[in-house]
Amino acid sequence: MPLFSVTENQPVASAVWRMVLQGDVPALRAGSFVEVAVPGCYLRRPFSVSTASAGTFSIIYKIVGKGTDLMTHFAPGQSVDVLVGLGNGFDAARAHGRALIVGGGLGVAPLCQLAKDLHALRVPTTFVGGFNTAADIFCEEEFRILCDESLVYTLDGSAGRKGLVTACFDELDFDYFFACGPLPMLKAVAAATPKPGQLSLEARMGCGYGVCMGCSIETNRGPMRVCKEGPVFEKEVLPW
Amino acid sequence: MVDLSVNLCGVKLQNPIIPASGTFGFGAEMAEYYDLNVLGSISVKGTTLHPRFGNPTPRIAESEGGLLNAVGLQNPGADHVVAEELPALRRRFRQPVIGNICGFSADEYRECCRRVAPHVDLIELNISCPNVHEGGMAFGTSCEGAAGVVSAVRSVCDKPLIVKLSPNVTDIVSIARACEDAGADGLTLINTLLGMRIDIRRRTPILANTTGGLSGPAVFPVALRMIYQVRRACHLPIVGCGGVQNAEQVIEMMMAGATAVQVGSENLRNPFACKEIVEQLPEIMNELKINKLTDIIGITE
Repeated sequence: MPLFSVTENQPVASAVWRMVLQGDVPALRAGSFVEVAVPGCYLRRPFSVSTASAGTFSIIYKIVGKGTDLMTHFAPGQSVDVLVGLGNGFDAARAHGRALIVGGGLGVAPLCQLAKDLHALRVPTTFVGGFNTAADIFCEEEFRILCDESLVYTLDGSAGRKGLVTACFDELDFDYFFACGPLPMLKAVAAATPKPGQLSLEARMGCGYGVCMGCSIETNRGPMRVCKEGPVFEKEVLPW
Repeated sequence: MVDLSVNLCGVKLQNPIIPASGTFGFGAEMAEYYDLNVLGSISVKGTTLHPRFGNPTPRIAESEGGLLNAVGLQNPGADHVVAEELPALRRRFRQPVIGNICGFSADEYRECCRRVAPHVDLIELNISCPNVHEGGMAFGTSCEGAAGVVSAVRSVCDKPLIVKLSPNVTDIVSIARACEDAGADGLTLINTLLGMRIDIRRRTPILANTTGGLSGPAVFPVALRMIYQVRRACHLPIVGCGGVQNAEQVIEMMMAGATAVQVGSENLRNPFACKEIVEQLPEIMNELKINKLTDIIGITE
């Protein structure tokens, strides 16, 4: 099995941790995901790639149950069995004009590498991140550096603007968007703009490589698997 | 040099390892991980006459030593399977292929089998899917239901006919006998055990379907016991299935009475599972002084 070595594993926000792994791996695509084997759990845990370069990548994960709790105990130097390069990822090259990247909660994680890719492609980019509260915010500094404009919303108003990420859509000038976050946020984003874009979906998965049909969704082009045809889908493919 | 080959209902398999239906698709995704030709056979995704999207999600819930699934037989339908999936599998896989078919009436089973059978080497009749609300397991939980479907399919099936039985019954032996009397050539033991999980924070079932089928290491002893019981009461060759994780358990299942062994859930956590088990087999056979796998089928009294 593909083994990686933990180089960092630390909290970056309330119950949110960042793990950096290294191993024999090419630079993973933004928006693709990996599956971490957690000793003591039967199934692997899927996580989007947050940042990646040749030989290393990071994931950002929230403690939501037994598996992610066990992962906080992975120590630097420890070997971890990870399947990498799963799913299709974001296609940054499809952005044209000005780009908007929108993240909600943990959905901000895969946008880090995307912001780097857009920056490298010299695409003018605005980042909008939505969190429940100030303690949930992570990677704010990275987006401020990489993007031309960076806005943060919290539901309770404890940091940045108060409200939902879609509140600023009218004041923003963009031609293409990328979004990742909870399903209600993704639906709201898709409904709030007529512009084209790509949305990354989350799903409870069995395998993560397309054989169990656990994460299927109905799309405008028939049934698709979040783990295989996704997790990133073009807006016009999604039936909402 | 140990001999791994077995004869399943007249079809020679180079080894007894078969990915179980529903855990391997039609092979295309797994072929990205390894050359499938190391396998004995493949039991492809359960196929119905018409395309099915299956159940709403979540369809997967983890459990101690396994998982519950309520996929609900998502598949592109018999015609698409015959036109696209099976030819694609045949191009990359030169070993025998098992078609797995399911239906919602005896007529539907028969028509599905009529279309699929010419394109596969064996038919596995799924009368035990716990995740569809009509058909599926309903046929597999009574002797009359099981015999009815087997008889209906038998007349249009010129390939060896294996019936995959449900463990969610009081007496699996009587159902196995009913299948034998109705003309089955073999049995797969067992499909998943009906189970359930609740999200205690939301106070709702984790699975959108409420219940699902339990599989994985947790069910191995149940499968083993049923194989053992059926082997002693019925003459049909048995394909063991349920919670197998390694070559030792393959040997154990064969000693209980299995002629071949399917590996299911393990494919969902380790895409190399079947390949690794095939590779482990000679070593464990040497250790146990087994020269031919066929020598140990049902050897445990």
